[in-house]
Amino acid sequence: MSEIAEILSGLGGKLAAHVLLAAAAIALGITVALPLAVWASRNRAVRRITLGFASLVQTMPALALLALFFPILLSLRAIFGEGLPTLGFLPALLALALYALLPILRNAVTAREHMAGEVLEAADGVGMTAWQKLRLVEAPLAAPYVMAGIRTAAVWTIGAATLSTTIGQPSLGDPIFAGLQTQNWALVLAGCIAAAALALLTDALLGTVERGLAQRKRALVWGGLGVALLGVLLSGWTLRPQERAGGETIVIGAKSFSEQYILARLIGARLEKAGFTVKYRDGLGSAVVHEALTTGAIDISIDYTGTLWTNQLKREDNPGREAIYRTLVEWERETTGTRVLGRLGFENAYALAMRQDRADALGIRTMEDLARASPRLTIGGDVEFFRRPEWVAVRDAYGLDFGRERNFTTTFMYDALTGGEADVISAYTSDGRIAADRLLVLEDTKQAFPSYDALMLVAPGHASNQRLIAALEPLVGAIDVEAMREANFAVDRQGNKQSPEQAAAQLARRAGL
Amino acid sequence: MAEPAPILSLQDVTKRYGAIQAVDGVSLDLADRSFVALVGASGSGKSTLLKTINRLVEPDKGAILLEGEDIRRLEPHALRRRMGYVFQGIGLFPHMTVTENIAIGPRIAGATIDAARVGALLQLVELDGSYSARLPHELSGGQRQRIGVARALACNPQVLLMDEPFGALDPVTRNALGRKVRDLHIRLGLTTLMVTHDMAEALLLADRVLVMEQGRIVADCTPHELLAGDGGSTAQALVAVPREQARALAELAG
Repeated sequence: MSEIAEILSGLGGKLAAHVLLAAAAIALGITVALPLAVWASRNRAVRRITLGFASLVQTMPALALLALFFPILLSLRAIFGEGLPTLGFLPALLALALYALLPILRNAVTAREHMAGEVLEAADGVGMTAWQKLRLVEAPLAAPYVMAGIRTAAVWTIGAATLSTTIGQPSLGDPIFAGLQTQNWALVLAGCIAAAALALLTDALLGTVERGLAQRKRALVWGGLGVALLGVLLSGWTLRPQERAGGETIVIGAKSFSEQYILARLIGARLEKAGFTVKYRDGLGSAVVHEALTTGAIDISIDYTGTLWTNQLKREDNPGREAIYRTLVEWERETTGTRVLGRLGFENAYALAMRQDRADALGIRTMEDLARASPRLTIGGDVEFFRRPEWVAVRDAYGLDFGRERNFTTTFMYDALTGGEADVISAYTSDGRIAADRLLVLEDTKQAFPSYDALMLVAPGHASNQRLIAALEPLVGAIDVEAMREANFAVDRQGNKQSPEQAAAQLARRAGL
Repeated sequence: MAEPAPILSLQDVTKRYGAIQAVDGVSLDLADRSFVALVGASGSGKSTLLKTINRLVEPDKGAILLEGEDIRRLEPHALRRRMGYVFQGIGLFPHMTVTENIAIGPRIAGATIDAARVGALLQLVELDGSYSARLPHELSGGQRQRIGVARALACNPQVLLMDEPFGALDPVTRNALGRKVRDLHIRLGLTTLMVTHDMAEALLLADRVLVMEQGRIVADCTPHELLAGDGGSTAQALVAVPREQARALAELAG
């Protein structure tokens, strides 16, 4: 418990960012929803369209909605120019505001629909203008119901805001996602507790406002609003731009698994030593990272040759490790302007792995053996594995036809294998758990999986930033797969866990950096 | 004797809802300070006709002149501020006190109204100042309709439009409030048009009774003429009801 308390005390910055994001999204949601509600309550077609749209938005998973704003904003750059941010606060704000629309809109429209006809007739009869009727009669009578909608929206928004971590916006989701990746449950719990407490507190404050509106007690209304506003202002003050010791700011992106967290810290520590100011965008969706880099939302990323080969170049052939690397470097320079600084020295390839005892029991030693047994077996893959062309290539090369396919997050995939939930998993060759769990890695004799050399990429805007390149170049070829496995395992193992920072420091020492 | 110019003049007013001809070419002059009752069965179009006068209903055809001016040339809200409007639903604003309800007309017109004036208006409808801070849900039906009348009078209207104003009240309250409105009509020099389905009420309060049937005015008489048997069969059928009741009551009393 004391561990959680310690983490909680260090979440001030994330909490403040979370409060600002949620408050801005709710405010934007209200600003859009209220005029829309007025319009919708006067026009049946508008009502059908707006409520239909808001309901449709609500059916989308919040995670997907957040991710969708990346390509949307990217295409909007054609109108608003290259300065339009595609990651971080703006897309998170827009997605969450959209999410907040429905409860506010629906409650406001319903309140108006159920307003007593004779009161509205009287408003006209005494000679109110449309604006006077709205301000003096419709708005005050709808206020308690609208407030109830705002309360619902606020609680949803605060919960969904934790997901904005995946598009590079700091929030209380940061400890949750980092904790899920590294199986650090104290981090996960701390993030959840903080988010839940914030939601409950907000609900109580807005509930006070709602009661004040219903009972026509102004003290309750202004008291509740005042405390809420104070919290937002305090958050803004906490995050006020600090005087920095100078230095260019470099943003390092990381996908959502331990290796990426560790390498980001390794790079970050070097850059800070070289006088740069470093920011991290952790937990980015794998599909988002490359676009984020080429559009300058992040400055440095670590990616893998096979991933870029299939996802960016859309290639399915396998001309060999060297040819793939050379083609990629060339392609990035020509098409995106991204600079591939070099290979780090290890490969994180996909490989199919089994528990040794299970493989023995089934008599499986090769991929061909696996193919024969596959109809009776369950394969576990990370959330994107079965959608990836590499999987299709391997499946077709060996004629794999599994009885069942199951998706797990990378963290739980190994536990699924150990616990017998899956017979085979899509393991990663740099993962420390392969050795730790004594897994059998089935050799890819047909070379159906492409190579996955880890690459260091620098955004087009920094492609000729000599100081930056100089600080990063010593990393090229410096990390072998044994060192990476050890670092990964130090973060992933159950007991005596290291933080990504600690593992990065140890990795740097071992690599002689 | 030259007729004085009518305060309200309806010319061929027509309103149709789909296949139903609610108001069918009604032409009508209302003399200043007259108390006119508009009587008819449900669906005869009397409420619709009344509402064309303050533009709660826009006629399809025809014109309405207020003191010689076409009301279509006025903003609807400006027109309504010159007319008091009392209706069966009353429609007190539930989030406003009695004082705020009464003061709403002057307030939206940008005028101020002081406590003394609110007190005077309350007195007009025979309520004392202790009601001023109450909310509508704390009042009885009769008290609410009194406030409704006071609200309609707060703007010193020339014309008072009443749509079944006492329809939801108990008979005792209904009778008392009817008399009160008749008194106010005379005291304040109003021109009053009251829609009712109750012929007895019309005969007792009005000095001119119009009978409507299927969107048309089928009788236009004084109460005296109606009681003398004029106005045609529809009007006489309506007059027969209270007359029969009165006779039956007299027989019971022996």
